[in-house]
Amino acid sequence: MTDSGVYMYAVARDDSDAGPDLRGVLDVPVHKVSRAGLAAYVSEVPLDQFGEEPLTRLLEDLDWVGEVARAHHRVVEAVAGAGPAAPVRLVTVYGGEDQVCDLLERRHDDFEEVLTRVGDRKEWGVKAYADPAALQRTAGGEPGTETGAVSERPGTAYLQRRSAGLRDRDRLRKQAVAWAERLHAALCEVAVAGRRHRPQDPSLSGRDDWMVLNGAYLVDGGRERELAAVVAAFAKMSALAGGDVGGGKEAAPWLDVEVTGPWAPYSFTSLELDRDHVRPEQGRPERGEHGRPERGEPRRGEERRGDGGVR
Amino acid sequence: MTDPARMRPVLRESYAQPVMGGREPTNLGDILERVLDRGVVIAGDIRVNLLDIELLTIKLRLLIASVDTARELGIDWWEHDPWLTGENRELTDENRRLRDRLAEVERRLNEQERLMPPRRPAISREAAHDDEYDREYAREYERGDEAEYALDDDAEHEAGHQTGHQTGRRRRGEGRRD
Repeated sequence: MTDSGVYMYAVARDDSDAGPDLRGVLDVPVHKVSRAGLAAYVSEVPLDQFGEEPLTRLLEDLDWVGEVARAHHRVVEAVAGAGPAAPVRLVTVYGGEDQVCDLLERRHDDFEEVLTRVGDRKEWGVKAYADPAALQRTAGGEPGTETGAVSERPGTAYLQRRSAGLRDRDRLRKQAVAWAERLHAALCEVAVAGRRHRPQDPSLSGRDDWMVLNGAYLVDGGRERELAAVVAAFAKMSALAGGDVGGGKEAAPWLDVEVTGPWAPYSFTSLELDRDHVRPEQGRPERGEHGRPERGEPRRGEERRGDGGVR
Repeated sequence: MTDPARMRPVLRESYAQPVMGGREPTNLGDILERVLDRGVVIAGDIRVNLLDIELLTIKLRLLIASVDTARELGIDWWEHDPWLTGENRELTDENRRLRDRLAEVERRLNEQERLMPPRRPAISREAAHDDEYDREYAREYERGDEAEYALDDDAEHEAGHQTGHQTGRRRRGEGRRD
């Protein structure tokens, strides 16, 4: 084995052209490896970083991972901008270009199927955050009012309020999640396909409010505006209605919907090529409709409850 | 036709990028989420199964460290967004909680003062009442604590019978270190 390997970013059709000055990880020029009408975008990588042992170590080095991820993403974006593309997962490394050719030949039909399905569609990310405080104001109900008689003893009263507050939070959370379900369903009407991913960790999203939807939608070219319209309509409706449909007190923007994209179809190329592998993801909650986050994911204590989607 | 600005009902600094070409990335967290979790999985010659390498640990650390990494890379919009400056919010929250408790204590003191008759001889009875009250409160507080934890998930159970405040601290502390 030589001391360099071939890092693969994405597979596209051979007639695609992602530009001449594309640079990949470690700022090395990217080139195409063509076979059977397909092209793999690759670049050379040193095995002292991308060999099996160093990789295992370096993947723990978050700065390294961050840099590689951005370079990887940059190439994938360029390739996807030039035509249908199937992004390959981070750090897919081959011993040489022969192996890449062999792969393109062997899996030609699978790749072709994916590329056909992707076509000129783009992936859009839609994340919805619910602000519990704003939702509380909109949906109404002061914390604790539903408990009935409040004890005269301050300690007990405090505990009653606290407990009512927790119930309130749970109720609000369920309402927010129900809205997210409806938003997802509406977006799926516009999109060719939709997928819900696990909500991001607050430290990843940088936000403390509840991420109730982390969706990805494969949208036909030209229908982006419809997607945007759905999002806008939901943000507006939710503000008017509060958590309870039609039962709100006053309008408040408690639902914050973020749209990101267009992305390369990262979320819609994963399963098809893998039918002869066992995909651990298949059993993971992010594939399910309810998107329950994995245990321990949300950080703040009270946000952990009631995050299991609609029951 | 596809004006990107129209696509974003809530436009955030981090997402304000042109649609095509020269999109210098977006939120690193969003990128990591995609390149690590999604995309075509093909076994390369270099056998590194991302899912084998204690992926959970790595991911957790990634999630946390990506914020620092992003900061180094100049993606630091949240630091200037008072809405999102977590530390300040924690302090503010704590401050508010403490003030609430203080107000509660003061209210209780005032109440007792108001209820206390002038020249009431039965000091011992008052004291006895207070003792009884304290015990009652302690018992309820214990019960309340347990009930709260029972509502919460397993991770919180591990925190055992600390007060909620301590637990919160501890959990956040762990999160940062891990």
